[in-house]
Amino acid sequence: MYLYDEIDQRIVDERVAQFRDQTRRFLAGKLSEEEFRALRLRNGLYIQRYAPMLRIAIPYGIVSSRQLRKLAHIARTYDRGYGHFSTRQNLQLNWPKLEDVPEILAELATVQMHAIQTSGNCVRNITTDHFAGIAPDEVVDSLVWCEILRQWSTFHPEFTYLPRKFKIAISGSPADRAATGVHDIGLLALRNDAGEVGFRVLVGGGLGRAPMVGHVIRQFLPWRHLLTYIEAILRVYNRHGRRDNIHKARIKVLVKEQGPQAFREEVDAEWAHLENGSATLTAEEVERVAARFTRPQYEDLPTEQAERASHSPVFWSWLRRNVHPHRVPGYAAVTLSLKKTGVPPGDLTSGQMDAVAGLADTYSFGELRVTHEQNLVLADVRQRDLLALWSEAKRLGLATPNIGLLTNIIACPGGDFCSLANARSIPVAEAIQRRFDDLDHVFDIGELDLNISGCMNACGHHHVGHIGILGVDKNGEEWYQIEVGGSQTRVPAAPAALGRVIGRSFAAEEVPDAIERLIEVYLERRDSDAERFVDVVHRIGVAPFKERVYGNADPRRDNRERQLAAV
Amino acid sequence: MATLIQGETIASDNWQLFEGGATRWLSVGEDGLVPDFPDEADLIVPLALLKVRGTELLERSGRTGVVLEPNEDPAALAAWVEHLALVAVRFPKFGDGRGYSIARLLRERYGYRGELRAVGDVLRDQLLFMKRSGFDSFSLREDQDPDEALAAFNELSEEYQASTTQPQPLFRRRQAHEARAA
Repeated sequence: MYLYDEIDQRIVDERVAQFRDQTRRFLAGKLSEEEFRALRLRNGLYIQRYAPMLRIAIPYGIVSSRQLRKLAHIARTYDRGYGHFSTRQNLQLNWPKLEDVPEILAELATVQMHAIQTSGNCVRNITTDHFAGIAPDEVVDSLVWCEILRQWSTFHPEFTYLPRKFKIAISGSPADRAATGVHDIGLLALRNDAGEVGFRVLVGGGLGRAPMVGHVIRQFLPWRHLLTYIEAILRVYNRHGRRDNIHKARIKVLVKEQGPQAFREEVDAEWAHLENGSATLTAEEVERVAARFTRPQYEDLPTEQAERASHSPVFWSWLRRNVHPHRVPGYAAVTLSLKKTGVPPGDLTSGQMDAVAGLADTYSFGELRVTHEQNLVLADVRQRDLLALWSEAKRLGLATPNIGLLTNIIACPGGDFCSLANARSIPVAEAIQRRFDDLDHVFDIGELDLNISGCMNACGHHHVGHIGILGVDKNGEEWYQIEVGGSQTRVPAAPAALGRVIGRSFAAEEVPDAIERLIEVYLERRDSDAERFVDVVHRIGVAPFKERVYGNADPRRDNRERQLAAV
Repeated sequence: MATLIQGETIASDNWQLFEGGATRWLSVGEDGLVPDFPDEADLIVPLALLKVRGTELLERSGRTGVVLEPNEDPAALAAWVEHLALVAVRFPKFGDGRGYSIARLLRERYGYRGELRAVGDVLRDQLLFMKRSGFDSFSLREDQDPDEALAAFNELSEEYQASTTQPQPLFRRRQAHEARAA
């Protein structure tokens, strides 16, 4: 991971003092609610349904065992002993006290952490592929570029009051595990014919209430120009993005209203002035940042092939689902599943955090990664240690072999915590997990992303789930709309696809039935088990799924629907 | 009256900001003439007025400045930057960040070197970013505590980016520093 130098540390320390003073002035009545709101949000502090929520930055998802122990300590001391990993690779605390937040930030600063720009109308945490640096299919290690962008975006004076939040994702692999197509700016690293590193630049993607896939506005941006070109995009957005309507303020609306071609021309006209300016990156700087990353000292190891016959079927399932290839022979990456049935997706207790930090020290050079699917990854595990790691992870309840499968549900905190939510997410996730409790069946269904958001802000990324569930409010009751056919990646061509709603919404208790019917159609219609659920939806369309789900609808709920409609 | 900070000290001045009444100076009065500007006053006028009566304004003995609204294009001042003694940029709400880009453009693209003043919803916690974007004077919203506001300039001592006040980004300064040290 990147280690701060003296200046990086000073910036974070000074930020703690600054926020401490802002909190003091607010508590003393010298700052209005509205003014403090803008300040606290850009430090990740929300006022939520029951208590404040603090979103702690985990830049591009990388966290050391030392930092995780600090997070465990903070959750234990200032909160209720657990934290929630979000789809933005950050950690959220649900019950801190406002007055304690400056102290929490001071503790974070001691381990080179902060909550800077985890919310507010500014450039947010840069996200990337959780296999960056180790994936065999990687073209470029995106971590160095993430850190360069983290520094550039931190307190950028011109772009601290943008029309709306701004999310940037980088992928170093054509498989695009960072979902660059659904970000305000997506950067897909690649090499040109001469072997030089550059980025394909996508702009205007996003989820939320008007989901859109981003447009490519530059096929190959040489790395030197990364910062100046992004500044040009942001300047056009800052000056011309809509500020009259919060729902139309994201850059995707500007790109859509102007048209991608006109937007691109405007960015190019701006860039003509910035190109080769002082923000142009240098090879020395890229090397300097790269050199501040700690790198695992890999041993020379043979590749080990596990023998299926010699292991328990559960371990074998875990090897298939939760263990991923590594570019270095003899090593593998391991996902610790935070998706055990009965536990809110992405939640981890302080005790588990301490234990997981121990696993990272023992098995993976003291480092972990947070995935946007709300799991944790030990990126550098010796293949010979897999069995030992599995037994320890199993004891901690973190070895559910469901990565990439239906029960690896992405869910936002939903109505149980969030004041924006229309409906709860966590109980629906649990009900689905309980319905699909037969592991063999889940394996047979194969690769399936099921994502749940409690409102149209789409923190649970429901638009890009193969099955997406959206909580909606109808006359004060919680209902759920189902989409199918979304996809975070469609390797290698289109970067992402958005799901389509299958029809009218369901009461919470009906959701598992509806999902089961969707799965029935899939299992009947798939060509073979190599054809995934989402592939079948794209091949045969939504109609057969719709017919099955609504064909034998419960008349009782039809009545209820009519009653509601009559209100 | 709003407190003015110039540089990093509390100051006062005689600039008069024409709030909204520009049409009076663009239309013919009862006497059949367009009214004259006061000769001695230091006037901050809207862009529309500068465009139509700029030469006349600049020929007065008083100084002339202009106020830009956030939707106005600073390119419109390209021909005027040498002649204006002050450019004010309005922040209608503190959360409206267009003025930061306008300031940088005026300084870095159009070469404006005179006083650049933030007016409107100008609050203590935005001052540092305004300064880094090129503002050097700040007309604080009336309720702001001037002494508290002065502390804002020193809250963050370093910056990663290139900005108007720091044309070299930190990484280039680090390199220069390390090269000197070597």
